[in-house]
Amino acid sequence: MLRLDCLRSVYSELENCLVVTIMGAVAAELQSLGHRPNFFYLQHAMGLASSTGLGLALCLPEQTVIVFDGDGSLLMNLGSLSTMARYRPRNLIHIVFDNESLLSVGGFPTATGTGTDLEGISRASGSPRVSTVRSVESFKAAVSDAMQGRELTTIVAKVEARGPAAYVTDLTLLENRFQFRRHIQSLKAR
Amino acid sequence: MPVSATNSKLIYDALKECDIRLVSALPETWLVHLIRSADQDPDMILVRLAKEEEGVGISAGAHFAGVKSAMLMQNHGFLASINGIVSFAHLYKIPLLMLISYRGSLGERDPWQTQGGNVTEPLLRALRIPYFSLDAVDTVRKRVRQAQTLAESSLQPVALLLTRDLMWEE
Repeated sequence: MLRLDCLRSVYSELENCLVVTIMGAVAAELQSLGHRPNFFYLQHAMGLASSTGLGLALCLPEQTVIVFDGDGSLLMNLGSLSTMARYRPRNLIHIVFDNESLLSVGGFPTATGTGTDLEGISRASGSPRVSTVRSVESFKAAVSDAMQGRELTTIVAKVEARGPAAYVTDLTLLENRFQFRRHIQSLKAR
Repeated sequence: MPVSATNSKLIYDALKECDIRLVSALPETWLVHLIRSADQDPDMILVRLAKEEEGVGISAGAHFAGVKSAMLMQNHGFLASINGIVSFAHLYKIPLLMLISYRGSLGERDPWQTQGGNVTEPLLRALRIPYFSLDAVDTVRKRVRQAQTLAESSLQPVALLLTRDLMWEE
């Protein structure tokens, strides 16, 4: 299963959500499908995409917030799983692309490649709704189901360690950040 | 407990006057009254963290959402947050109002706090984070307001050091 195919399978459903991604391949691949003003790419600060999603979800309970995380990033901030589970906002969907690799920096294996189980850690942290998916069809189904907004959902998607040809796009970091905030303020004004 | 409840309330009330609606925190002795105040306030979102760096992401999310926030942490929590401050708050121009308990400074009895006390101000300076001390009752309200104003206008982290003189009743 390729991460790009997963992203493509739910792309149209992202239109009415607030989306936060990690750096590197995830950000580049989502942008390759088409940037939207409701997408924010955290191009550094590994580990904090999930915390950012939590802050958004707690402050904007009427919005659906989707975080596209990765195994390398999440392993840097495992405590975030316990914090998310503690407050378990119903409008937060935490998707972890697990390619068992630090792909963007040379493909060195992460601990999920030697047995660390992010689904198990998430479940044991208290997250109410956790699954692992291994096909695009089951990924799409899990995301659609999570969008019903019943409770905090964590989806671990096992994907191949393959990324885009290029990581740098022409969207500057600050342009993205100001556009994202302005988009959210426009939603509140409606 | 000799942590000043009166002065903690003064700080909390000053945060409320700034329309702070979300507080992230990791408990430490000097912050107990502040955290309790946030916990008992139905209009405040209190996020109890596993590690202080998470608070950078949470405050960024709150900023995107148009919600003013503050971070309550010990200076060792500031040390634990530095990558998030540099590679999120500075990189993306995110306002952070950081209230940092200044352990390990003059009068500190706990040996384990002393190294953090040595490096707190040098690190704030190295990171070019504007910082001011909360050390006297009559300036708390004004400095909290000014720090919040500067964080919002400059879109960067601003730190307030909670000092022993204010927080501790000997």
